[in-house]
Amino acid sequence: MSDVAIVPAAESAPPPASPGRPPGRGPRRVVPAVLALLILLVLAAVPLFVDPFGTSTLSRVLVFALFAVSLDLLVGVTGLPSLGHAAYFGVGAYTAGLISLHVTSEGVVPVLAAAGAGAVAAATTGWLAVRSSGVFFLMLTLAIGELVFQLAQSLSSVTGGSNGLFGIPAVRVGGAALTLPGYVYWFVLVVAVLGFGMMWLISRSPFGAVLRGIRDNEPRMRSLGYSPFRYKLAAFVLAGGFAGLAGGLFAAQVRLVTPSEAGTAASSLVLLAVILGGAGTLWGPVLGAAVVVWVRDALGPNLDGHGPLVLGLVFVIAVYVLPRGFAGLAGLRARRTGPTGPTGGTA
Amino acid sequence: MTSPLLSLSGVSRHFGALKAVDDVSLDVPAGARHALIGPNGAGKSTLFKLITGSMPVTAGTLTLAGQDLTGRSEPQRARRGISQTLQHSSLFLSQTVEDNVLLAAQRRHGSRHSLLPRRQAAARDRVGGLLVDVGLEDRAGTPVASLSHGERRQLEVAVALACEPQLLLLDEPAAGMSPAESGRLVRLLRSLPASVTLVIVEHDLDVVFALADAVTVLHLGRVLLTGTPDEVRASPAVQEAYLGTGRENLFLDGPSSTAGTPGTSVRTEVV
Amino acid sequence: MAGWFDANLVSILNGFAIGSLLFILAVGLSIVFGMMDVLNLAHGALYLVGSYLAVTFAAGEPSWGGFLTALGIAALAGLIAGGALSGMTEPLARRPILDQALLTLGVSLVVAEVLSIIYGNDVFSISPPPGLDGSVAVAGNAYPTYRLALIGVGLVLAVIVFVVVERTSVGALVRASVADRDMVSAMGIDNRKVKVAVLAIGSMLATVAGVLGGPVYGARPGLDDTILILALVVVVIGGLGSVKGALIGALVIGQVESLGRALLPDLASFILFGTLALVLVLRPRGLFGPRKLAGT
Repeated sequence: MSDVAIVPAAESAPPPASPGRPPGRGPRRVVPAVLALLILLVLAAVPLFVDPFGTSTLSRVLVFALFAVSLDLLVGVTGLPSLGHAAYFGVGAYTAGLISLHVTSEGVVPVLAAAGAGAVAAATTGWLAVRSSGVFFLMLTLAIGELVFQLAQSLSSVTGGSNGLFGIPAVRVGGAALTLPGYVYWFVLVVAVLGFGMMWLISRSPFGAVLRGIRDNEPRMRSLGYSPFRYKLAAFVLAGGFAGLAGGLFAAQVRLVTPSEAGTAASSLVLLAVILGGAGTLWGPVLGAAVVVWVRDALGPNLDGHGPLVLGLVFVIAVYVLPRGFAGLAGLRARRTGPTGPTGGTA
Repeated sequence: MTSPLLSLSGVSRHFGALKAVDDVSLDVPAGARHALIGPNGAGKSTLFKLITGSMPVTAGTLTLAGQDLTGRSEPQRARRGISQTLQHSSLFLSQTVEDNVLLAAQRRHGSRHSLLPRRQAAARDRVGGLLVDVGLEDRAGTPVASLSHGERRQLEVAVALACEPQLLLLDEPAAGMSPAESGRLVRLLRSLPASVTLVIVEHDLDVVFALADAVTVLHLGRVLLTGTPDEVRASPAVQEAYLGTGRENLFLDGPSSTAGTPGTSVRTEVV
Repeated sequence: MAGWFDANLVSILNGFAIGSLLFILAVGLSIVFGMMDVLNLAHGALYLVGSYLAVTFAAGEPSWGGFLTALGIAALAGLIAGGALSGMTEPLARRPILDQALLTLGVSLVVAEVLSIIYGNDVFSISPPPGLDGSVAVAGNAYPTYRLALIGVGLVLAVIVFVVVERTSVGALVRASVADRDMVSAMGIDNRKVKVAVLAIGSMLATVAGVLGGPVYGARPGLDDTILILALVVVVIGGLGSVKGALIGALVIGQVESLGRALLPDLASFILFGTLALVLVLRPRGLFGPRKLAGT
């Protein structure tokens, strides 16, 4: 996408320091680390102070945020705007649900299987999508999402059809079933934080630098001896794996998986979270996800269930006024600290 | 006589009826500083793309150090040691100067597949050295978007050298540079070890004659002449080719006297 | 072979009916993208607007009056919506084309939600106008008259679009815009007026298709996504900006949808995706796509 290359760096939001720079150097590293630790502590303490409804809403936020960050790996870091990312979330959710129902609901097993299934699904469909770029990529991913949605609906003997997969047993840790929202929340928190951490590391790795290079200037990467196809496919598979992981957590938390989890509306919402938060920053989409879940689940019931209407309007407004998302707002202030690897040409 | 590093044999590229590059054969020995010149539309840029692999040949073969690369893709050729700078700066605008060079250097230093952050000490040392060489050592942390045009050209060269090429192709590396900057570039290119072979397309004849030990003149997609700079300057055939452009005295007067005609118009015509 | 053909004649005819509908939808989508670089993801929502208008105006006793009223209002609504979309995308004209696609995606979410507020989540069926609500015998099979008529309408529209695009000065402008937009604006033609006109006509085709498709697909929430994706697949297969491509793509996907579902009901989605994959592997820009990718 040549569009991406002309984005002036001044408009892009700077993360705290250059990617790829060895961690643990200088005071600019310490502040974000302390901040992250504080946020983590507050998040861990939530079930002690917040009512069960609030706690489970926050669980949904965490799951959706993990999902959104996995999409950001594609949209923001690699510059591949996917409109079918819910497909891999759905594959993960169904996989975790089925394994919990028929094999074991012991903690990590369904969740890891979900991540694996998401990655495999992304590998089998991604090779086609990744060959294309720009709006072609958008259209192909849209078609892939619809394919998975229709499969979930038509394979009713496995997936329960449009009624969904229900009766998923509570997730177990060390044999004990986690039935209270607080314990489920902690389980979700641990897995989600591990997921965030891995994606953060990936985006700061040499591999992540290659992905950003492809986002900014794919022809130049080719002339430097990189084969963009391989890297884009790898990014697609990783993003699919983390989306599957989020889907697995979703199945553990909600214990009901319906085809709409894989549908176009779900893909649009998660893309909204990424755009709203600011593509390419990883932390921005977490905020975006929080807003989306809050509007849909907390505000929605007060609006006669028409949360999606508000979200649609937010989407329209965000495209106009927040071209770089929330992260872009932060970037206005922090511009001088040396922008490095931020938004693609997507938001 | 050792075999040439780069060898083109009958290389052609046709766009429909137009023969942009027509049956070009050319041998560039290892360690050479070889310049490609010719009037507008001579096929220099197309030939350049055929060598880098960003455009497939219609006919002919291309070998690098005896290996046939004709059917290889651009990344494969780059991994075999062909590196390039492009006529128009092609950098990673949202990233810093250091990160730009590092992207090229890390492919050589083996950590590009790592999914975890790495120090990449070897690659970073190399980047630091290259930035000193091109004179950008003070700009390492600057985003490319805020570099001047000349600085971007210098960065292009650093990025290309970070690939540790056997063959370095430079497409008008001095375009838009100030005299001081292009002087620095010439010194840098001169100081490159003989293990790096240069093929350079350049319209600034000062740069060409300061660097090149061989010059190939292209005209209408064909090789008009390959020879030493002096032979090229003296050749009646070359003057003939340029006659249509009204710059017949260009080569007779030698490089420094190009200032006699308005510099910019000379440059655009000769390219 | 003849036996197989007889047994599947109804499916094949259905395929043509679906293909006819898809052509009307896809030709608008394709030309809007090919000419204006706007990927209109609200196209499916506009189709659904047409279908629900048919629910409102052609409800009750089937009548030509109701059906034609629905068609007329849908056409008007499409023109207005297209004009509005054109105005809405104008501020984003200098931004990456993805932003415009995202805008239309947001619009489609809003429109779909408004429709579900008005019409609820029920599934509506729409009866064809009188005279077309029966069935006729085709080679021994009873076949709904309306679908035959739909095939006819699709053919007529295809001919009209072809004649307009290939033979008239307006069509020459369309083709020139697809090939080289800058050249057209250099000729002194106001690109913005062209954009309004193209989006209005493209959107009108979507809403009209919604009314025409009503008696086949009915109207329900979620239909917009299904329709949008079928239309996008047609456009991708046929090649962006190509009328011929839209026609061939629509006919292929119509048969895939109908015959595929009839013969291999469990694999229908895979066949659709497989067709798309096959075409894109062999022809990455679609069957009749431009040599150079516009806008990517």
